[in-house]
Amino acid sequence: MSVLKTTTYDPPRTDGFVFSPENKAKADAYRTRYPEDRQASAVLWLLYLAQEQNGGWLSSDAIEYVAAELDMAPIRVHEVATFYTMFNLRPVGRYLVQVCRTTSCWMRGSDAITKACLEEAGTGALGEVSEDGVFSVVEVECLGACCNAPMFQVNDRDYFEDLTPESARAVMAKLRAGEEVKPGSQSGRAGSEPQEGAKTLLHLAESPAPAGDGA
Amino acid sequence: MLQDKDRIFLNLYGQDDWGLEGARRRGIWDNTKELVALGRDEIIQRIKDSQLRGRGGAGFPAGLKWSFMPKENDGRPHYLVINADESEPGSCKDREILRYDPHMLLEGCVIAGFAMGAHKAFIYIRGEYWEPLQHLEAAILQAREAGLLGDDACGSGWAFDIEVSRGAGAYICGEETALLESLEGKKGQPRLKPPFPAAVGVYGCPTTVTNVETVAVAPSILRRGVEWWTGLGRPNNTGTKIFSISGCVNQPCNVEEEMGIPMKELIEKHAGGVRGGWDNLQAVVPGGSSVPCLPEPICKHMLMDFDSLREAKSGLGTAAVIVIDKSVDIVEAITRFSHFYMHESCGQCTPCREGTGWMYRVMKRLVKGEAEIDEIDTLLDVTYQVEGHTICALGDAAAWPIQGLIRHFRPELEQRIASYRQMMQAAE
Amino acid sequence: MPKLTIDDKEIEVPAGVTVLQACEMAGAEIPRFCYHERLSVAGNCRMCLVELERAPKPIASCAMPVSEGMVIRTDSEMIKKARNGVMEFLLINHPLDCPICDQGGECDLQDQAMAYGFDHSRFEENKRAVTEKYMGPLIKTIMTRCIHCTRCVRFATEVAGVEDIGLVNRGEHAEITTLERAIDSELSGNLVDVCPVGALTSAPYQFAARPWELRKTLSIDVMDAVGSNIRVDARGRHVMRVLPRLHEGVNEEWIADKTRHACDGLARQRLDRPYVRGADGRLKAASWDEAFSAVASRLKGLEGKKIAAIAGDLCDAESMLALKDLMSDLGSPNLDCRQDGAKVGEGPRASYLFNTSIAGIERADAVLLVGSNPRWEAPMVNARIRKRFLQTGMPVGVIGESVDLTYQTQYLGAGPETLKELAEGRHPFAEVLEKAAHPMLILGSGALARADGPAILALARALAEKTGMIKAATDDEPAWNGFNVLQRVASRVAGLDLGFLPGEGGRATEDILSAVESGEIEVVYLLGADEFDTARLSKAFVIYQGHHGDAGAQAADVILPGAAYTEKNGTYVNTEGRVQLGRLAAFPPGEAREDWTILRALSAVLGKALPYDNLGMLRQSLVERFPVFAAIDQIEPAAWEPFGTEGAVDSAPFALPIANYYMTDPISRSSETMARCTEALGKGAVKATGTDG
Repeated sequence: MSVLKTTTYDPPRTDGFVFSPENKAKADAYRTRYPEDRQASAVLWLLYLAQEQNGGWLSSDAIEYVAAELDMAPIRVHEVATFYTMFNLRPVGRYLVQVCRTTSCWMRGSDAITKACLEEAGTGALGEVSEDGVFSVVEVECLGACCNAPMFQVNDRDYFEDLTPESARAVMAKLRAGEEVKPGSQSGRAGSEPQEGAKTLLHLAESPAPAGDGA
Repeated sequence: MLQDKDRIFLNLYGQDDWGLEGARRRGIWDNTKELVALGRDEIIQRIKDSQLRGRGGAGFPAGLKWSFMPKENDGRPHYLVINADESEPGSCKDREILRYDPHMLLEGCVIAGFAMGAHKAFIYIRGEYWEPLQHLEAAILQAREAGLLGDDACGSGWAFDIEVSRGAGAYICGEETALLESLEGKKGQPRLKPPFPAAVGVYGCPTTVTNVETVAVAPSILRRGVEWWTGLGRPNNTGTKIFSISGCVNQPCNVEEEMGIPMKELIEKHAGGVRGGWDNLQAVVPGGSSVPCLPEPICKHMLMDFDSLREAKSGLGTAAVIVIDKSVDIVEAITRFSHFYMHESCGQCTPCREGTGWMYRVMKRLVKGEAEIDEIDTLLDVTYQVEGHTICALGDAAAWPIQGLIRHFRPELEQRIASYRQMMQAAE
Repeated sequence: MPKLTIDDKEIEVPAGVTVLQACEMAGAEIPRFCYHERLSVAGNCRMCLVELERAPKPIASCAMPVSEGMVIRTDSEMIKKARNGVMEFLLINHPLDCPICDQGGECDLQDQAMAYGFDHSRFEENKRAVTEKYMGPLIKTIMTRCIHCTRCVRFATEVAGVEDIGLVNRGEHAEITTLERAIDSELSGNLVDVCPVGALTSAPYQFAARPWELRKTLSIDVMDAVGSNIRVDARGRHVMRVLPRLHEGVNEEWIADKTRHACDGLARQRLDRPYVRGADGRLKAASWDEAFSAVASRLKGLEGKKIAAIAGDLCDAESMLALKDLMSDLGSPNLDCRQDGAKVGEGPRASYLFNTSIAGIERADAVLLVGSNPRWEAPMVNARIRKRFLQTGMPVGVIGESVDLTYQTQYLGAGPETLKELAEGRHPFAEVLEKAAHPMLILGSGALARADGPAILALARALAEKTGMIKAATDDEPAWNGFNVLQRVASRVAGLDLGFLPGEGGRATEDILSAVESGEIEVVYLLGADEFDTARLSKAFVIYQGHHGDAGAQAADVILPGAAYTEKNGTYVNTEGRVQLGRLAAFPPGEAREDWTILRALSAVLGKALPYDNLGMLRQSLVERFPVFAAIDQIEPAAWEPFGTEGAVDSAPFALPIANYYMTDPISRSSETMARCTEALGKGAVKATGTDG
């Protein structure tokens, strides 16, 4: 009988890691959110900062640096870094395109989106980094934008929703070219109202106040 | 159909300003001080009277849950923790509250926090929700600046503040005790209960974990009155609810509707109907991936509330209505859920760690029909071996969709196995 | 006391116990893998499910506290089915390699599969295989066998106090790992015991034996002065392994790595026949008769004061008494059991015992360590201090070198001056001790092995008296004695108890050595004594009686091969003053003999036959003359009487006596396993951490 072999967890080492002054300041600010004797609570925030600074993935050095910052045992932070899927433990492309594969997206064509993304990225397989280092494409589980399916997320940031293979490629082409992209629905919806227009809350739809930026 | 005047989530679609100014225009933060002045007992009593049930999936009576917090402070701080780790496949309602009406949640936190004797709330938001996170954090800053949060929140005399914690990709952190572990900077592995969070929660302190939507509607219930709320829906299934309608419909959308709305009406009035018409409907997963699917004949007359769906051996869950039409391979649709649960199992306890992978792999073979007929019963048996034997409810959630499939679509599975066998014999 | 009904049987149990414990009390056996009574409750294996009336689903009994009126069923069809299901899940990805698994025959999974397993597998998928992990030289991993119970993680984190093991990844990819680093603990061998399956097995013991082949002997460890209770498993003449044996008062159910793994040293470098140094200066194999007559001819006509005897660290009480009696018959007052020159033993018993007792540490609420590294000198004592620290967070002050003790410590100072400040109430930590209800101080044996030892002893006594460490029993509280000397070697307390000390006008170790150098002493009898510079004995005629070709044997003119601790019946007294019996598990190699018989035979050759013909008579003599030896496995509180000598103290800092935990005696120095540990962990194992641990 053949076996399903797992690989030993061993994230690559780099030449050390230390927060930039900006990230150090941000890290200190995050820490103030939690009681002084509960600083481990900030570990996810600090791992995000470390991952961003490290080019989108966490090396052993970065993980253990965060451990030292929070006075945690290194193994505890390794446990955390391997538990949460948003931490990448191998290098990724500058844009990590994460296509939702779960049922609601799949029923609306996520397979075609994945295929288009792989083609646009020019990588042969999921998880590979494109030769130019710009993209890696992966499939992920439900991203919670089911009413705007199919969709993908880029890095730990923007959602691109209501995709077609064409609009997915267009988003990626812009990213590669360094052009501005508009996150959210690519089919012209504001949010998760019906595509043809809201059927409820019409008094707002009729005389919409400017959809402000919250300022 | 629910009338706009009875809707609570007035900026569900983000057409209006999500910031403080827009929020005030929509009546949020209006007389919050007076609501607090009702006092702890009165607030909890009114929430109890409203029969509000938790919107996070389990439908536990909210007022009762809030009342579990110790009445007297024993020196440990009390915490309110908002579960904004929305990750149930099919659900995307909390996201809209967080990004388009964050002040609704913040105001709810002040009320709920006060009612629990908490001076601090943590909002644990799923890591992928970047835009909602930005809006939420900005809204908190606005609220602090306006004195709505702080040492004298809303002028109520009650010190209250809110901090945001960001998850990092783990469905299981939507389980309340896993969420607390994660909030403490650990792996999100559920805790054993007892002790329950109201006795020993975050940092060992009394804690109540509650869903975004549940807290967000609380001020409106107090403001508009318990009678108004209970006048909507039916007993024990009162009020309004955001439904997320996704999958094979013409116009997927979120919509706030009255509890107990017929499923057919919900799909047809709001989501533009099933693709290819109602007759093209194969099945509906009515409450997010965790609940068993229902075939069309049952859906036709189904009411969308906790008790009705439970009677049909399914559940309202998060009210995420996933519509599956006849063009879809329903076995694969459910197999994708099985993959999801395998992927999201935390690995802590045996039945879930070992069972989710086993179930997925059998399901994967069933998609092709590559199985023996008696493996359907083996699979069903495995789901019962997982169900009820795990630390948290993820094991149950992994078992139910498969049970639903076998319950309603066994002939389909048998047919597939037979075809596959024929195909293999033909090839020989 | 809540009342429960368990399988129709009513039972009253103490409040606070778990349902699992209550079921055991009611005689219902509950299967379990993750539950371990000395570790935190994980509740993850789900094997211990029971039915609780009115609960919608079965409950994990290990994690559920009892409450009044619970109705529990452990034997229902529903429970049997649930356990069968869990067992099936545990087995689907478990390899079928029991025939080559070292856990075979003592495997919880194997045993419970007999009760709850199916006779065939319904699992048609591929089995999971997990790559092995490195955990150091003592532990072999076969991680495919792991059932993720996390006992190892909890043991390392909670008992050993080293956060070196974790469970990374999640779901079915979850795996135990150390990040490929050796586990930095002296208790790591216990991981093999806590692992319920064959995932963690003993590396030195791999493929060596099956449990049913082994002869099991209950005995006592001598690698330190704790007297850990052990089981020695032997096959034929070979000790195959050493395992812990439960003793709540001493080692609970753990043992230290040296205790467990130095046993391969028993088969190496052994003295298995007598030797006599020839005219050419080389040691030559000899018969017992030749060896005895060489001794007899050298002693003939020699004045008693020109003879000396030093007893080593691993000696049993019987052989020390026999040697003492022989020296007395030869007229020599020069005998000492303190190779390290520690200034203890002149005073009352309380001045050299660990008076608090090891279990008594669990009453302490403040600790002062003086010149001691308990982590290396007595790992089981250290584990107990850690246990208490975790329960209470009690303050632990350290005078002397500061090392990582696995709990938080406060560094107070380097040497006797700081002790003096405390004793005179000039140091803030004195107040910490005074305020504590049960303060204790632990004086390391190293702190007394210096010229100002008597003065340090006096200072420590003064501090103990001043800060309320000596309390008489009251109606509510038993007596408390917080004054402790932590002895480091197994023979010491027995040696002091039976007075293996300089007699009237006699010389102590250092004096003996210098008297040899000056020619005043001509013959030295070493009873397993190797822990000093034996080159200083070059002018003397040295008789070495012992079991290993170590430093003492190098310097010897006559070698009399004795028995190691596993090869004889002997009495030992641990640092608490607890008298325990070691037992013969395998016969000594070759012509080597039990030690007291060698002395008895030699005494006859010398014409001064000792008055005991068998071990029983010798023990009777021991007990009659030194009644403390009568009470086996009991601790008699030692009377508090004045001791120590007030005087000036040296300002030199306290030095720790152990440079390498893994090699401290002839047995561990001969052990290949200990050599591998030294290489992997050795001196770097305990890191200095400055002021706050």
